[in-house]
Amino acid sequence: MSTVTTPETAPAPAAAPTRPSAPRSTSSRFTEAAANYIDERTSISGVVKEFGRKIFPDHWSFMLGEVALYSFVVILLTGTFLTFFFQASMAEVVYNGSYVPLKGVEMSTAMSSTLNISFDVRGGLLIRQIHHWAALTFIAAIGIHMLRIYFTGAFRKPRELNWVIGFILFILALAEGFTGYSLPDDLLSGNGLRIIDGLIKGLPVVGTWISFLLFGGEFPGTDIVGRLYSLHILLLPAILAVMLALHLVFVVVHKHTQWSGPGQTKDNVVGSPILPMFAAKAGGFFFIVFGVIALMGTFFTINPIWNYGPYDPSPVSAGTQPDWYIGFADGALRLMPPGLEFELWDRTWSFNIIIPVLILGGFIVAVLVYPFIEAWITGDKREHHLLDRPRNAPTRTAIGVAGVLFYAALWGAASSDIIATHFQLSIEGVIHVNQALLILGPIIGYLVTKRVCLALQKKDREIALHGFESGRIVRLPGGEYIEVHQPVDEYERWKLIDYNDYQPLMIRPNARGQITAVQRFRAGLSRWFFEDRIAPVSPKELESGSGHH
Amino acid sequence: MARKGSTANRRHPMATVALIAIGLLFTGGGYALFSSTATAETSTASQTTIDEGKKLFAANCASCHGLDLQGTGEGPSLLGVGAASVDFQVGTGRMPMAMQGPQAMEKAPQFTAEDTEALAAYVASLSPGPAVPDDSLLDAEGDATNGAELFRINCAMCHNVAGAGGALTEGKFAPALTGVAAVHIYEAMVTGPQNMPVFNDKNLSPEDKRDVITYLKYLEKNPSPGGYELGSLGPVAEGLFVWIFGLGAIVALTVWLTAKSN
Repeated sequence: MSTVTTPETAPAPAAAPTRPSAPRSTSSRFTEAAANYIDERTSISGVVKEFGRKIFPDHWSFMLGEVALYSFVVILLTGTFLTFFFQASMAEVVYNGSYVPLKGVEMSTAMSSTLNISFDVRGGLLIRQIHHWAALTFIAAIGIHMLRIYFTGAFRKPRELNWVIGFILFILALAEGFTGYSLPDDLLSGNGLRIIDGLIKGLPVVGTWISFLLFGGEFPGTDIVGRLYSLHILLLPAILAVMLALHLVFVVVHKHTQWSGPGQTKDNVVGSPILPMFAAKAGGFFFIVFGVIALMGTFFTINPIWNYGPYDPSPVSAGTQPDWYIGFADGALRLMPPGLEFELWDRTWSFNIIIPVLILGGFIVAVLVYPFIEAWITGDKREHHLLDRPRNAPTRTAIGVAGVLFYAALWGAASSDIIATHFQLSIEGVIHVNQALLILGPIIGYLVTKRVCLALQKKDREIALHGFESGRIVRLPGGEYIEVHQPVDEYERWKLIDYNDYQPLMIRPNARGQITAVQRFRAGLSRWFFEDRIAPVSPKELESGSGHH
Repeated sequence: MARKGSTANRRHPMATVALIAIGLLFTGGGYALFSSTATAETSTASQTTIDEGKKLFAANCASCHGLDLQGTGEGPSLLGVGAASVDFQVGTGRMPMAMQGPQAMEKAPQFTAEDTEALAAYVASLSPGPAVPDDSLLDAEGDATNGAELFRINCAMCHNVAGAGGALTEGKFAPALTGVAAVHIYEAMVTGPQNMPVFNDKNLSPEDKRDVITYLKYLEKNPSPGGYELGSLGPVAEGLFVWIFGLGAIVALTVWLTAKSN
């Protein structure tokens, strides 16, 4: 494997170097002629030179964003196929396709055409299932990509804006997913829309107006599928594609982050250049991702709309849930304690919906702006191109774990009924446990994670200074037993000792000699972040420490 | 006048009343006879079967349900539950219960088919109730489309659209319907065991019940055209699957792709 280190500004060799000795084959002459033809007309060599020499470091966790990108490509391809056959109309028809238990049932054209895709279009069901599995994979991949970015601190300057763009991509993906889920107009999607309708109507004052605007009258109306379809295949993918392009441009502009290691500094990138190594690998990886998704689409049923039947506002099936990525919102509604409703001035004031909506909104905004908050607390204005190991930023990691647990409690609550039946519990018990976990989980998770991180840092420090325990016990002439410690080699040690060390900010008076409340607050936050810390091993300690044992 | 009077009173003053009474008796009795034919089938059970059932009942059921089916603090009265209820509860192993709980759990049947029949005959002999349905209603050859629609409207909110079961309050639940015998599905609909409502013949006609069974058996006989169903549990199962197996596989592959050669 070729590993190349480039200072990104290295002067490229002069164009068109000639290979004096090698005899030219016909094919290479053709390649040259073709390349020349294209270059003379597009000047593309400049772009290829610049872009092709971009270096991408090699680590499995750096490929998670790629998974999202490739599943998006799969979604685009399969989605285009589906548009050939899907009819986004809510006009009533009598189904007369191949699926026997629905024959002769009245349903919307949308449902009927989705059934036709599933049973009467050759390969339709496979493509539909690949599309849906790819959508689930897409959002899940975005999720773990985002977690990777967060826990390694890859959102720090200069990448804060790209974090925001990425997060907007995540929200767009949720919107894409939800609009897609609602299109077949089956019982499940209709119930999902009904919940959204309820959420909207729960907004004070404007709720009913927005709901009527969205559905073109009273729910469910005859407009919603067509409207969601326009959003699903036109507006949202267009915005998503633009944001995605921007996201990738920023990756190129910023260069990729890398782990700290021997020869890997904040000024270079160590890895494979895009051309040819990375491009070849990434191309192969695309097919691997496509393959895994295609296997899921082939062997595993997803969203069997033929079981759900056409939408009818009266039945609601047991086990009616949104797709996993909307689960946290459904869970928030389920966890809301009842009774937050009273009557005053002739009308009912209900807080059952607005509170979860506000909590979710707050959570989303907190994630969105986290990079700015952390930058403000640390006061760090340097650029960071080296990643943090999660243990080396204990407070950030602990906050992250708390956030994950908060999300997980909401997420788990969305499947409270399935948990209840499958573990023979009462659904009320499951809900109460989740309510407790929603509050206590993040607190306990925060405390435990922070301690674990500090302990790991201590351990690293110990190893850097004294090496590993070798298990070899030696008896000294005086009778004393000691265990021989084996020092780590310099390359390994570098990983253990090279990390950012922050200290709590001092409160300093500003230009007018005042200490403002904001500054006090900031210093407090800084103390909270960095009061408990394990300082990295200093060169001095290393010198004096390595002599031991 | 007297003669005239006697002609006028040729009919007894009460004759009209009597005629109406007789008419009512015939039509009402006929109707009662006709409408109770469905529940009268068990009367064909022989006295020996009933006696056998009585003994079994006294030995196995009476401690909770009372010697005269009157019920105790531990179990409800069984007067009027009919043979169908007994056949369902005992035939699916729910009765006798292993322990008190939110609802009786299904388990391996504790009685042979003959014993179950004897128990049912005994319980039905003491007071009328729904009978074990006729085989013609259980052939699963009705209208699956109608059955599917009825199932979605009446059953799916507890049992899930694919009959995979669902949660109720306080630890109660609607069980999965796959693998349940047609006769037990029918009996459940007529008797409403545990927390299930009764779907009587005016609500769902015997033909409708046959259609519902037809649909459930259709689901059983025709595995999902899309591949393995993941328990037919809907998006939760799909989400778990994509995270654990889909993304799990992909992450494993990324680790493999970036592994350094040794």
